[in-house]
Amino acid sequence: MSRDIEQRTDPERATVLRSDQDYASISRAISDSVLRPTSRGWWLGFCLSGLGVLIFIAAAGYLFYAGVGIWGVNTTVVWGFAIINYVWWIGIGNAGTLISAMLYLARQPWRTSINRFAEAMTIFAASIAGLFPILHLGRPYLFYWLAPYPSTMGVWPQFRSPLVWDMFAIATYIIVSVLFWYTGLIPDLATLRDRARSRAAQLVYGAFALGWRGSAAHWRHYERAYLILAALAVPLVVSVHSVVGYDFATALMPGWRSTLFAPYFVVGAMFSGFAMVIVITIALRAAFRLHAFVTPRHLDAMAKILLAASLIMGYAYGMEAFMAWYGTDADEWRQTVTTATGPYGPAYWGMLFCNVAVPQLCWSARIRRSIPALLVVAILVNIGMWLERYVIVVNILSQGFMPSQFRLYFPTVWDWATMLGSFALFLWFFFLFVRFVPMVPMHEVRKLAHDLGERS
Amino acid sequence: MGQIFRPRANSFARIALLGLALLIVLPFCIGFALVRSPYLTGVDDVPHQPVPFSHQHHVSGLGIDCRYCHTSVEHAAFAGIPPTETCMTCHSQIWTDAAVLEPVRKSWRTGQPLRWTRVYDLPDFVYFNHGIHVSHGIGCTTCHGPVGRMPLTRQATPLFMSWCLDCHRAPEKYVRPREHVFDPDWTPPQNQFAQGRQLVHEYQIRVGQLIHCSVCHR
Repeated sequence: MSRDIEQRTDPERATVLRSDQDYASISRAISDSVLRPTSRGWWLGFCLSGLGVLIFIAAAGYLFYAGVGIWGVNTTVVWGFAIINYVWWIGIGNAGTLISAMLYLARQPWRTSINRFAEAMTIFAASIAGLFPILHLGRPYLFYWLAPYPSTMGVWPQFRSPLVWDMFAIATYIIVSVLFWYTGLIPDLATLRDRARSRAAQLVYGAFALGWRGSAAHWRHYERAYLILAALAVPLVVSVHSVVGYDFATALMPGWRSTLFAPYFVVGAMFSGFAMVIVITIALRAAFRLHAFVTPRHLDAMAKILLAASLIMGYAYGMEAFMAWYGTDADEWRQTVTTATGPYGPAYWGMLFCNVAVPQLCWSARIRRSIPALLVVAILVNIGMWLERYVIVVNILSQGFMPSQFRLYFPTVWDWATMLGSFALFLWFFFLFVRFVPMVPMHEVRKLAHDLGERS
Repeated sequence: MGQIFRPRANSFARIALLGLALLIVLPFCIGFALVRSPYLTGVDDVPHQPVPFSHQHHVSGLGIDCRYCHTSVEHAAFAGIPPTETCMTCHSQIWTDAAVLEPVRKSWRTGQPLRWTRVYDLPDFVYFNHGIHVSHGIGCTTCHGPVGRMPLTRQATPLFMSWCLDCHRAPEKYVRPREHVFDPDWTPPQNQFAQGRQLVHEYQIRVGQLIHCSVCHR
């Protein structure tokens, strides 16, 4: 980043980092959370979420043993919780890349302190999302048939199916996210290597730091590589969630066959992802006393994005209903009316309440900077976005063209166990992350401190 | 503070990079080779049979036509394994004391059929029809190998789907005149392609439809 751009960007810049921080205190505060002995709270959380992971493994194991019929899906509603959770998780993952890549390209200084755990969130959420399309296969052990490889069968995947695009989208997304995250980590791993006292930590962090010496040539290449990855990641993240939208939009189902779905899914993903980042930011800030690095300014900025996304979501919901009314398709209009008034009506109205009404609170600067209020808004948005996928998947499928085929969907205990298990898996990954990886990018915060020092 | 890594760590790093690359590439190569190897396809396997039946002796030595035993091959989907009665048309008179034929005689006495081991075993989701191939000029040895020279029956071809499709996409590479279908010593002539194209036309083999799923996976 060239300094002239930074200096004209933001008069509020100073508020993204508390002014009492210098290079040493930044490095100490952040690397201590990794290098210090493990705290009791961490063990507690790690073990509790580990129990949840066992639930997930048990649910998946029984699924593999007994078959996909243990879920509540039926011949009409063939996609249930698995696809809802898939879309929800991949949407959560979306915001991490947007924070680390899009805000990097947009030179937003408030990105600095939150991008590391936002990217970690992306990797974990995308990995969990990637499990669901495999779990929901009737024959999950043949999932590799989705990959194009020279098989003895002489057959290849059907490249006209968005479910095949999904495979490529998720795989690429996970790989690029990991590379992007790791690239950003290398200078920090070198810091950990140099600050570590134990031989084991020195070796491990030293190996992962790949011999980073912080020379001018290193930094030059690093900045260039990071910029290129960021520029690649933004179109990637947009296309990944567009592809998820195409899973529905390329179908003929009334309520799905919409040209709006790709941008609407991307914004929805950003919406739920930012809501999740807000939850995680607030939690980590309290648990690890990151008050110097995560200031009300960060929450304020994220709340504004939440608000902007909720307006677009409101527009999309309105436009769906409007086009159904404005168009000439009777099925489309019936679907819209049934969505609002039918058996899944409460989910629809709950979605509108959580996604459109509640985020309007963020017009108020007091709400944006109030941690409890913002936490409530963010959690409601995550619930609302889950309900949105519930409405799109279950409600639309339950009432297609043929009235004789109308069915309702009742999730079973295994649906719930898989879903709650996936939450636990996410938490478990996160506990590992905060223990072994610096959760705030030290070198970027040091650079922020440097820029601030030059200006004052 | 001393150095964390000694100079020889440079070599470790290079080896690790190479190892990482191999770790990604090798499983694919091994898998690719393994599924095509006789270990998994069963090519050249000679399964144990209750009676060491020799095609070499009966086909090349005695000149018995394939259809003498595999009677339904021209008309039915399943070529059939001959019943004990077929064996006994001769072996009630010759080699009546041979020890190797005792299971055949026992089967004849008791009425219990012989339990032959199937050599060419397609999965049951594949519907294979012998009659259609025989009537359209696909000879026995194209798929079953030189049966007339096999003392014990072995699997000559891998039965991969891509192996089937290879012929279904370009049958002119393999098709032969109908009168040579049961000729165990037929070899493709110099002008196989020209003759094959001619025969494909003559036998009305509808090449464009042969690779649809419904042809085999009914």
